[in-house]
Amino acid sequence: MAKILYFARLGEQLKASSEELSLDDMNTVRQLVDHLQDRGEPWSSEFESGRVLVAVNQEMSDFDSAVSDNDEIAFFPPVTGG
Amino acid sequence: MSRISVQEQDFDVGQELHAICDGRTDIGATVTFVGLVRDMNLDDSVSGMALQHYPGMTEKALHKIVNEASQRWEVQDATVIHRVGELIPSDQIVLVCIASSHRHDAFEACSFIMDYLKTRAPFWKKEMLKDGSSRWIDARESDDHAAGRWEK
Repeated sequence: MAKILYFARLGEQLKASSEELSLDDMNTVRQLVDHLQDRGEPWSSEFESGRVLVAVNQEMSDFDSAVSDNDEIAFFPPVTGG
Repeated sequence: MSRISVQEQDFDVGQELHAICDGRTDIGATVTFVGLVRDMNLDDSVSGMALQHYPGMTEKALHKIVNEASQRWEVQDATVIHRVGELIPSDQIVLVCIASSHRHDAFEACSFIMDYLKTRAPFWKKEMLKDGSSRWIDARESDDHAAGRWEK
């Protein structure tokens, strides 16, 4: 199982902050995103916005990055600290 | 050598500055940046803000940014403190304190760390407005430009 996290506005829109998911034959972030978008709204439009960043195992990554079960995969909007 | 902290409680700038220099004779300059909560944003009155972060990754990202600064400039020591949770106008949010042999390195390293922190460390601000509504703050293009000027 992979641990999926959603932060800030994205988490609020999706009404989800974390979940455990079996990645099965999903090998990249993009394949995982496709899977999430298949859930319908609000998932499909939230990930369509092009303003979603991803971190794999707490390192900034991109949609081509490889993922597997046991990974921690986090999705979030552009950061606004400081 | 560096101290990184993500915390709810406030910090004492004088104490942090003292701690970074205490007992050392090789430091010629310190530069300290403190970010505060402002009561106005985008022409609206702000009554408070909530800062969310990604525990674990935030600390890692801050360490990485400080390490990068240390490779580019002479940084004898560095302290970065970022607060999370509920804050109100005039509260301190962030501290970057750099100790170096020379002022140029201290100024540059401090500026670099703030620019990168604003674009790479996983913090998100939600503003509470005086009219009772709240909104997530959008990332600013000007912050991307500020960070971009350090690209080699």
